[in-house]
Amino acid sequence: MIMWKKLFAWLDERLGLNDLYKATLDRPEPKGNWWNTLGSASLFLFLLQGATGIFLSVYYTPSPDHAYDSIQYIMNDVAFGWLIRGIHHWGATLMVLVVFIHMIRVFVTASYKYPRELTWLIGVGLLICTLGMGFTGYLLPWDQKAYWATTVATSIAGSVPWVGPFILKVLRGGTDLSALTLSRFFAAHIWMLPAALAGLIGIHLYLIIKHGESAFPGKDD
Amino acid sequence: MAGSHHISRREFITLTTAAVGTFIGAVVGLPAIAYLIAPALKASTTDAWIPLGKLATYEVGKPTLVTFTRSKVNGWEKTVNSYGVFVVRKSDTDVVVFSNKCTHLGCHVNWNADKQEYICPCHDGQFGIDGNVLGGPPPRPLDRYSGDKVEIKDGTLLIHFMEG
Repeated sequence: MIMWKKLFAWLDERLGLNDLYKATLDRPEPKGNWWNTLGSASLFLFLLQGATGIFLSVYYTPSPDHAYDSIQYIMNDVAFGWLIRGIHHWGATLMVLVVFIHMIRVFVTASYKYPRELTWLIGVGLLICTLGMGFTGYLLPWDQKAYWATTVATSIAGSVPWVGPFILKVLRGGTDLSALTLSRFFAAHIWMLPAALAGLIGIHLYLIIKHGESAFPGKDD
Repeated sequence: MAGSHHISRREFITLTTAAVGTFIGAVVGLPAIAYLIAPALKASTTDAWIPLGKLATYEVGKPTLVTFTRSKVNGWEKTVNSYGVFVVRKSDTDVVVFSNKCTHLGCHVNWNADKQEYICPCHDGQFGIDGNVLGGPPPRPLDRYSGDKVEIKDGTLLIHFMEG
């Protein structure tokens, strides 16, 4: 016990662990409210999706020839593959849900007002990225549902006046849903969107720590 | 609170959070390890009795090349590998079968009837009709099927083929 304390003191002196803890986790909070935990819940789900997603990429192959078969392999032949994919599948739905409720909470309690306008704007970016993750991830199993859902959704994007056909071709990597669509959705799903999410989460958290959490509006507000 | 049996609200929250966190970590973490090492735990060797046709059709004393293919499923991909063996019939009932894979680096050896030896085209390894090394770099004789690895059933020659 003494040794651990010494080790911790040594590390703390060099890393400033206590200061870090106080600044990030031991912040003063307004009166506790469960609705205020939805941001942390979103963050937890993001990390869970990241971890299970990394594990899925061990076996998943983003090519039309092998995408479906590789997922069948994960589900049937890999130990706990059903669990890892199950968590990723349901976690995705839950994350969209939690992020939405989080947004509604912030809206209803008017927490987006001065000085937290930027926190809200970053949050909008996070919401869009989360939806983008859902959209791109949905194609990856490359089954009938995935194929036609993406066909329909990219067609909707293609109905924008003037630039629609161009947007559709950018999304699909050509006029048709093809191997190019699958690989670019995969790249967006595991690299671009997660990187954007991670960066925006960093700014979002910084702003929350900087401004503190907004108090729940009382009767006078 | 030091020395007291009661724990503070803050200590309780810390402990509960740590316990729940450890539990969630274990529920996800332990299966994750099994998930990663799963392919390594699968049996990698397969064996089969490969029929090589009627023994009577093989000429006595003349090594004859027979090829066959085996398919293997790795994950979601099926590969077909072809293999070759030399059937050497010594007498009406006595037969020995050699793999055509050179024991040096795995090239396929050919039977040279003039020299009466197997010659590897890659590095000129030479084996006698009994599979023994006559010259060149091969470290050991050709792999052979004899004894309980060979069976003759109703006149058909079979070898016990091991893979992996």
